[in-house]
Amino acid sequence: MTPLLQVRGIEKRYGARIGCTGVSFDLYPGEVMGIVGESGSGKSTLLSCLAGHLAPDQGQVIFDTRAKGPVDTVTMAEPERRMLARTDWAFVHQNPRDGLRMGVSAGGNVGERLMAVGARNYGQIRSSAEDWLGRVEIAADRIDDRPAAFSGGMQQRLQIARNLVTGPRLVFMDEPTGGLDVSVQARLLDLLRGLVRRLGLSAVIVTHDLAVVRLLADRLMVMKGGLVVETGLTDQVLDDPQHAYTQLLVSSVLQV
Amino acid sequence: MSDYNFAYLDEETKRMIRRAILKGVAIPGYQVPFASREMPMPYGWGTGGVQVTAACLTPEDVLKVIDQGADDTTNAVSIRKFFQLTAGVEVTEATAGASLIQTRHRIPEAALTEGQIVVFQVPIPEPLRFLEPRETETRKMHELEEYGLMHVKLYEDIARHGQIATAYAYPVKVEGRYVMDPSPIPKFDNPKLDGSPALMLFGAGREQRIYALPPYTKVVSLDFEDHPFEPSKADHDCDLCGASDTYLDEVIVDDQGGRMFVCSDTDHCRCRREAGHVGRLGVAA
Ligand SMILES: Nc1ncnc2c1ncn2[C@@H]1O[C@H](COP(=O)(O)OP(=O)(O)OP(=O)(O)O)[C@@H](O)[C@H]1O
Ligand SMILES: [Mg+2]
Repeated sequence: MTPLLQVRGIEKRYGARIGCTGVSFDLYPGEVMGIVGESGSGKSTLLSCLAGHLAPDQGQVIFDTRAKGPVDTVTMAEPERRMLARTDWAFVHQNPRDGLRMGVSAGGNVGERLMAVGARNYGQIRSSAEDWLGRVEIAADRIDDRPAAFSGGMQQRLQIARNLVTGPRLVFMDEPTGGLDVSVQARLLDLLRGLVRRLGLSAVIVTHDLAVVRLLADRLMVMKGGLVVETGLTDQVLDDPQHAYTQLLVSSVLQV
Repeated sequence: MSDYNFAYLDEETKRMIRRAILKGVAIPGYQVPFASREMPMPYGWGTGGVQVTAACLTPEDVLKVIDQGADDTTNAVSIRKFFQLTAGVEVTEATAGASLIQTRHRIPEAALTEGQIVVFQVPIPEPLRFLEPRETETRKMHELEEYGLMHVKLYEDIARHGQIATAYAYPVKVEGRYVMDPSPIPKFDNPKLDGSPALMLFGAGREQRIYALPPYTKVVSLDFEDHPFEPSKADHDCDLCGASDTYLDEVIVDDQGGRMFVCSDTDHCRCRREAGHVGRLGVAA
């Protein structure tokens, strides 16, 4: 089977400082990769390079496109990359304000990606939006409300609906449950797990919450100082960590 | 009058503006940046349009200036006087007799003809600004023809009002390529942009942009399949001239809430009355 994503030797520097370096992995269709590590370890930098928000200084991000098969998205023409970003890819930001249009209704937020790929039937756009609001447990009668009138958890669910409406094959998430109350986090995680399973989504999820990866990720990469220090099946890494840093990470969580 | 260069602006500046206009004509609907000059009138009084007019005028031109369709409003009168003073050109109120028409908020009712130039005053040239405040991003959207956001605006309209409520500055697509703000003309006027034999120039002074529709350019108003574009107007006839096909202003006529509907294009209305047409409250001319 062809991997959906082949990451090869990604490096990003900020001047002399290393953001991340030497990162390689394959992601297969239907797989969820978790990236964990302490603050400043390079998780967001890596994710931004993978999603095309940052241009890496080195390396390839090869995506198995529908039309042409595996293509390096780093060197791909910008219009093509932006087209991928609003069709086959999705990006869920930690702060829903970064991923939503706050001045646009919930329905408009969900419908935007459909309109961006040419949907021109209002009735159909609206019913897709209703359908997706339902799937993320937002009541249909909130469809014309703006996100500012929503709780943090609802905003995050709206952001997820807005991203998934075009049926993306690969979802990038940066701390999707960060900044939420614990009980709200649990509900969101539950919802995410259901969606990932039902839709057979492939995803790369950045977090420093080990509970998130335990629940969602098939495989795990542990980062420190911009490097991947350990990688493996999630249960394996969490139950039998090999690298001293991973051991510290796991034990510090167990103490909580 | 000898204190000024012809049409106020110096030749260097006019050449710079003409280059921007030519580029705009070459790429219909594309917003060309230009170095807007200080004019002896405040922004919001049509400094963009005035600069475009100044760059286009020749001593042989006959100039008409309208504001909301009328030749006699303060704004129209002062711009007309400005060019009488600085360019000494002939002026007129007759659409058919004008070679250059500067306008704010309307396109004349009388059919325009080849050889005429219409100059529009534009406050906000960027149609995507409403939803995307970042200039770098809107530029990228134009470059890559990413216009989904324009339909998000129309979607919001329908969601909130049950129909596309945008009545002015209704967005259009030019020659199947650039999405353009036609300036705050009523959407009633949008069909007049399509395939017009006249050259249409748009000038935004504060935002320093010029764009253009060369004669016979295809201009389509954006819409949804199930909410098609409709160039609506008040459901009345003109009370003075009886016209049923013109854009109307509603005018309060007394303290009792009495009102009448009259053509917003004052020249058109007068021509009709002079030709013997009489409306509900009109008197034969
Ligand atoms: N825009 C930037 N300019 C300079 N240095 C940066 C920039 N962004 C990140 N860095 C540096 O790159 C390294 C990796 O940062 P990154 O944001 O990727 O970490 P992270 O793992 O996502 O952290 P967190 O868990 O706090 O979100 C850090 O040393 C950080 O200071
Ligand atoms: Mg981060």
